[in-house]
Amino acid sequence: MFKILRKTVQTGLVTIGYPNTPAKLSPRYRGAPRFDFANLTDPRAAADACPTDAISIVEVDDRGHVTMDYGRCVFCGQCAEADSSIHMTQEFELAARHRNDLVVNAEYGLSADGEHYELKELEQNLAQELQGRIHRLLGRSLAIREVDAGSCNGCEVEITALNSPVYDLERLGIHFVASPRHADMLLVTGPVTRNMELALLKTWQATPEPKVVVAVGACGISGGIFGRNYATLGGVDKVIPVDVYIPGCPPRPEALLYGILLAVGRMEQKGLPQ
Amino acid sequence: MTFDQVRENGGRLFEIWQQRGKEIYVDLPDADARSITATLLGCGCRVAAVFAEDRTRAEDRFNVYYVFDNPEDPRYLLARVPVAADTRTFPSLAAEIPAVNWQEREIQDWFGLIAEGHPNPRRVALHDNWPDVHPLRKDFPIHTVLDPFEGERHVYRPTLGEGVFQIPVGPVHAGIIEPGHFNFAVAGEPILYLQLRMFYVHKGIEKRFEQLPVNRAVYLAESISGDSAFSHGTAFCQAVEQAADAEISPRARQIRTILLELERTYNHVADIGAIATDVGFGIANAHASRLREMILSVNEDLTGSRLLRGMVCPGGVRWDLLPESLGRAREILQVFEREFADLMQLIESSDSTRDRLERTGILLPEKARDLGIVGVAGRASGVDCDVRRDHPYAAYDSVSFRVPVYREGDVLRRMQVRVDEVRESLTMIRKVEGEMQPGPHRVQVPAISPDRCALGAVEGWRGEILHWIRTGPGNRLERCRIKDPSLNNWPAVVEAVQGNIVPDFPVINKSFNLSYSGTDR
Repeated sequence: MFKILRKTVQTGLVTIGYPNTPAKLSPRYRGAPRFDFANLTDPRAAADACPTDAISIVEVDDRGHVTMDYGRCVFCGQCAEADSSIHMTQEFELAARHRNDLVVNAEYGLSADGEHYELKELEQNLAQELQGRIHRLLGRSLAIREVDAGSCNGCEVEITALNSPVYDLERLGIHFVASPRHADMLLVTGPVTRNMELALLKTWQATPEPKVVVAVGACGISGGIFGRNYATLGGVDKVIPVDVYIPGCPPRPEALLYGILLAVGRMEQKGLPQ
Repeated sequence: MTFDQVRENGGRLFEIWQQRGKEIYVDLPDADARSITATLLGCGCRVAAVFAEDRTRAEDRFNVYYVFDNPEDPRYLLARVPVAADTRTFPSLAAEIPAVNWQEREIQDWFGLIAEGHPNPRRVALHDNWPDVHPLRKDFPIHTVLDPFEGERHVYRPTLGEGVFQIPVGPVHAGIIEPGHFNFAVAGEPILYLQLRMFYVHKGIEKRFEQLPVNRAVYLAESISGDSAFSHGTAFCQAVEQAADAEISPRARQIRTILLELERTYNHVADIGAIATDVGFGIANAHASRLREMILSVNEDLTGSRLLRGMVCPGGVRWDLLPESLGRAREILQVFEREFADLMQLIESSDSTRDRLERTGILLPEKARDLGIVGVAGRASGVDCDVRRDHPYAAYDSVSFRVPVYREGDVLRRMQVRVDEVRESLTMIRKVEGEMQPGPHRVQVPAISPDRCALGAVEGWRGEILHWIRTGPGNRLERCRIKDPSLNNWPAVVEAVQGNIVPDFPVINKSFNLSYSGTDR
């Protein structure tokens, strides 16, 4: 008993200050890739390098269209290696309320000999609506039920970390519960496998109103590298309505925290790196 | 006896048709499969994996492979049994070798082949409500859209008798863990038997491997089991390098070794904490999760990813380790080592903790051997296997380390194996880091010619990970078989819980800590 107390006193405080103070990141940490559209002329190399097709190209006649989907991105840095006008930032507060808020579009002209010109980003309107009622009800104390709907367990590693003294979710009035019947929020990971579809739906139905659903990670948002196939459905919103999407593979604990707080109106959506 | 000696003693028992690197390929006519397998097992060999491939388009047949591991031979032996496309039957070895039970049934599900004489030929991978499809056949398109399923219709073994009843649990569990279904038959508190239903998180990974170019497929390998991202990535890259005849640099080998051991350390320390939680010693878990966080921060500092993702690549690793990061890692690991000793002192000085762990969830050595249990769970039950020592890769042949083996097979010993391994890992990291070779961290791997077969083997923190590939045209794969240690080890959980009380199930399950995603793929 005394040994335990002595160790506790010796250890002192280990909890981080985030979200009140900035997260401490290693210089090597890879966050969202940023596109310098003024200098990016040919997006094909980056699109070829992307393992999850987060960067995709559609070319019709003399117009080309590039889509960068942060909901598919696994932050591997392959695009930045393939194209010097893309570089990796340390931005991780990427959670968004709408699927489209995670997508950046750009267009370019295509001349007859295959040359690209005038690549420019398209305007984007961030959805900023607030669901005031839910936020008032759930903002101060939040019970979360985690559901793995087919994840590789990488997201679970980081979600478990939220319970550690380092991230200490409970200091924010948030805790994980054992049953959907006790939950205000479902935190769902994985591309939703066919074998988990029904279980996810039943869990959602068992959660009392008002409820919030957060889709975690590239798989939860879009199916990630698995995509949609005979065994997977390609994202949580294919089965139940989603309120907030948290990009990452897996999202670091601070990114999860940011997304959870965003979902209950305790954070403002920051938007994508422009 | 080495494989060559076994072959000579049996009067040229089998014909070797290919020998490359650490693999021997032999042909096994299906009439002799049983007797030759028995001879190999009699010589102390172990069946490490069983899998099939669809060669109907190229050779009008299927092949079933048995992978043998021999304690006296650093090579793996892959025995190929041809399966005719019209009869589609192959001899089942499950009655003699319980270890192949699930994997043979997987072959039935994925390919529609028939394991003749299998004692329990029911579906294992495809749930009972799936239509009659065989996803790994070449004529099955990956994007096939199947109708939505109703609930699982699996018929469990009945539980009869007064006061005897069933407890169904899952697939959604109470904690932050992966989905699977457990059906306990209990008489009061003690568990009579446990029936498992897995493959809830089957994502079609092996099929997906056939779609992606090799360099992109590395990310898929990292997503087989997120907590073993680097081990699975390395196993895959080793297979690719072997198929391309590429040799990686000594420095890349050392970097891989350091990162593999960091992955082992962060998972082992988390498991030790989780085992403590499950017997009500929460404060120990608070310290353990703080310690795990130290290693994760080292991972991020060295590779840019807390879970070591995006680091390994065919030809080595994508980034060199920076001297200043290594310096910081050295300091943190020193503190970690001290703190880890304190943590273990806390746990070991608690009599009530020891009381709950000792003689709980026993897996007897004979059972472990018969079921082909590997890794931590195997070593706690007398199975002395470790890929790092038996089939050295990365820089493991340049360091000496002890492989802890216990015979008691209870939760306490499974925890003790982890404790010993953390200590060995820290020593190994220090040694390798002190002897870092100069040179490139990555070499170019040429495009691979088609129809090359190769096996990548890594001792992940759970146990033996195998990736077998056959290359196709255009730097793509024709087939990729993944064997996560969890696939071998689930039957061990079933054995270990028998006779224990239901409240001890969480700690027994945690002491194995198997990957559902790695099993289901």
